[in-house]
Amino acid sequence: MSTDLAAPALAIDELSVEYLRGGTATTPVREVSLTVAAGECLGVVGESGSGKSQIFLAAMDLLAANAHASGSVRFFGRELLAAPRSVLDAVRGSKLAMVFQDPLSALTPHLKIGVQMAELLVCHRATSWREADAAALAMLRKVGIADPWRRLGQYPHELSGGMRQRVLIGMSLLCEPDLLIADEPTTALDVTVQAQVLELLRAMRRDSCLGIVLISHDFGLVAGLADRIVVLYAGRVVESAPAAQLFACPRHPYTAALMQCSPALTGFAQERMPTLAGQPPNPADRFDGCAFAPRCSNATPRCRVERPLLETVGAAAQLACHNPMST
Amino acid sequence: MSGIWRDTARRLRSNRLALGAAGFILGIALLSIVGPLVDANRFDSLDWSNIAVAPGAQHGHWLGTDRLGRDMLVRTLDGTRISLLIGMIAASMSLVVGVAYGAIAGFAGGGIDRWMMRLVEIMSGLPLIFFVILLTVLFGRGLFLLLSSIGAIGWLTMARIVRGQTLSVRRREFIEAAVAGGAGPARIIFKHVVPNVIGPVIVYAMLTVPQMILFESFLSFLGLGIQEPHASLGTLIADGAGEMEAAPWILLVPGGLLALLLLSFNLFGDCLRDALGSDGS
Amino acid sequence: MGMRTIRYFLGRFGGAAATLFAIVTISFFLMRLAPGGPFDEEQNLPADAMANLKARYGFDQPLWNQYGRYLAALARGDFGPSYRYRDVTVTELIGQGLPVSATLGAIAIALALCVGVALGTAAALRQDSLADHGAMVLAVAGIAIPSFVLLPFLDLIFGIHLHWLPVAGWERGSAPHLLLPVLVLCLPPLATIARLTRAGMLDVMRSPYVRTAFAKGLPLSTVILRHAMRPALVPVAGYLVPAVAAIMTGSLVVESIAGLPGIGRYLVQGALNRDYTLVLGMVIVYSTFLIGMGLLVDLLYAWLDPRIRFRP
Repeated sequence: MSTDLAAPALAIDELSVEYLRGGTATTPVREVSLTVAAGECLGVVGESGSGKSQIFLAAMDLLAANAHASGSVRFFGRELLAAPRSVLDAVRGSKLAMVFQDPLSALTPHLKIGVQMAELLVCHRATSWREADAAALAMLRKVGIADPWRRLGQYPHELSGGMRQRVLIGMSLLCEPDLLIADEPTTALDVTVQAQVLELLRAMRRDSCLGIVLISHDFGLVAGLADRIVVLYAGRVVESAPAAQLFACPRHPYTAALMQCSPALTGFAQERMPTLAGQPPNPADRFDGCAFAPRCSNATPRCRVERPLLETVGAAAQLACHNPMST
Repeated sequence: MSGIWRDTARRLRSNRLALGAAGFILGIALLSIVGPLVDANRFDSLDWSNIAVAPGAQHGHWLGTDRLGRDMLVRTLDGTRISLLIGMIAASMSLVVGVAYGAIAGFAGGGIDRWMMRLVEIMSGLPLIFFVILLTVLFGRGLFLLLSSIGAIGWLTMARIVRGQTLSVRRREFIEAAVAGGAGPARIIFKHVVPNVIGPVIVYAMLTVPQMILFESFLSFLGLGIQEPHASLGTLIADGAGEMEAAPWILLVPGGLLALLLLSFNLFGDCLRDALGSDGS
Repeated sequence: MGMRTIRYFLGRFGGAAATLFAIVTISFFLMRLAPGGPFDEEQNLPADAMANLKARYGFDQPLWNQYGRYLAALARGDFGPSYRYRDVTVTELIGQGLPVSATLGAIAIALALCVGVALGTAAALRQDSLADHGAMVLAVAGIAIPSFVLLPFLDLIFGIHLHWLPVAGWERGSAPHLLLPVLVLCLPPLATIARLTRAGMLDVMRSPYVRTAFAKGLPLSTVILRHAMRPALVPVAGYLVPAVAAIMTGSLVVESIAGLPGIGRYLVQGALNRDYTLVLGMVIVYSTFLIGMGLLVDLLYAWLDPRIRFRP
């Protein structure tokens, strides 16, 4: 299948992910559809358990052995779900890259940083190790790591958390991918480093029209970077809209509540941090009606019985709610 | 505590492999006790008219005879009984020593514990069979020496397990109460610590039996274990190996039985470990 | 490699030397204190001939003196004369037998490692398939069935009935003579190594850094060989010393059955003949080798996991 460059970078259609363990089935992702246009930055927001990581792990075929994904995931028109290894290996790492949450465990402990970076180029571009090392060195400088030559010869445990995350980001960008999926890239880092990493992502985008999917549970993180935002709850998309529009006027009660909980958005002026009452539902549960109804301030009797479908609202937004917030 | 055993027993009962293995072992054990009593031949009776005959029904020797006309069936069952007995006694000896050593080390703690465990560590690293051989060379091949030296191989891991358990039990309230009540350390160890620690130890002791049988057979095979006129499976196999060309059944009968026994023990042990392990104990 | 690592290894070396020293000392004193001497069988010697014999072997000296002389001799590599084979020294016997046993053992451990790791990795990659379960059942059989049952059995089939392989003899290490003994020797450690590799590999394949490696689009072979293999083999490294010990133990039986003139066979003969110096010498050789292996494995650990290099 050839690559269709006019197509969106990532087109996910009715993706569901199911895990079977023993006799029980959990469904962390339920019929999710979303699109990432080429060069766009999409923010994907949701609580833990909302399935936000699972969607993209499924896209990259990185799910555990007992997981089953159905639906369609097309990368520039090329189907990735259940694609043969050769197709996946050609795309992963070189055109479609992913950065994971925990930088400490994401790097191989017994290999030097230089090797882990250079092997990408040696594998995908068939460069020599020496050339690849030079490219890695340049990339380390670009992501702002001081004394990069020494760092190349060190092991992951010799670097700080922030440095490791920079290495991971740099590593993912070595082959100049078209789309970078960043899964909670700053969660394991402290606040100052968080800001630096975000700035780095911003700079990378400016320099190379890289598309980014930024996954987070924190709206504040996503605010500065995303063009569009998708909100997930209990494995489903509940709202999606251009960022500015969403922040100005969130329509889904969950989106509104979640925004209230983000200190970066509401400012630190409030005395008590509002929290969202209740717990997100267990991915093994099945329910009639809207999954958010038990916690929703706008819930109507209809909400508990009939699941709201995702519908287009206005030019560029989608919403799945029977009783949205008023504008 | 008893809940764990009930769950384990239930899990084992539904595991056909475990049941089969256990059934085989018990069946053979029973046969080895009853068989020689019932059969007309005795293990050392020589039938000069039927020397080294192949297995068959016509001459009353179901599994053939050996070079001296001794009935293979009775000899093998007898040898099995001896091997099983030695295995169990040696396992019990290593149990007693291991539990005592481990309980003392765990209870004493601190420097004593460290040195005791260092000794265990060093001994674990050495091929103790060689030292057993050295001992048999120096002190002869009596039964007691055989049992103690085989048991000496098994107590190390037992001591480690017991020490670990003791350490976790030591801080519990009833121990502190006993100490406060003025009980001496020996009393505390044997009346309070040991009963609480005995669970996994029993399991491990059961897993040690095949190890002991193997060691004893090994020594007997080399000629350093059980002496004439008695024979364990190891001795019988050694005899058989010498007669392989002319009379293969002399090797195959005891050899096959030993292999099946050890296989059953190992499979049962694996299933037992799985059944327990899924508890996280 | 920092100062701390060097100090750690010096400490380990010292501990190993101390252990060896203790073994030698205990064995020596056991030997001298054992009931009956090595010459009890010589009943028909007149008294002064017996006295001369004892003097020749140094039995007339005080115990401490004998100990000192023994240690000094050991340091020179002299294990003393054999008590049974009067004109041969133990050192000579060791010199003759060691190459044979070493060849046998080296091939066995190499086979056990290569085939065991390959089998374990294959089983892990095809988890829960028929091949996986089948391989693991075979592994249990490999561990359970003793070498002294298996070797005669194989000899029976391949040597006596099929006439494919010789049953006994060394013939300067020709391959057909070595085939069955090596096979039987390497099976139990091979089985355990396969099981350990499978468990280790399954564990490592689920780790975050292997997921990163896959996300980088690296081919499966690269992920396994470069990223997964070393951490997965750490448990195997821990088993190396017991594996060598198992092979040493097995060699006693295998060499005896197959008539291979290695030190294992000499040890068994020595034990049956109550040849004290021979048995003692062999025990010391085996122990030294095993303790040395322990030190090597420590070095191996440091290579497998760089984090250990810095915090031993």
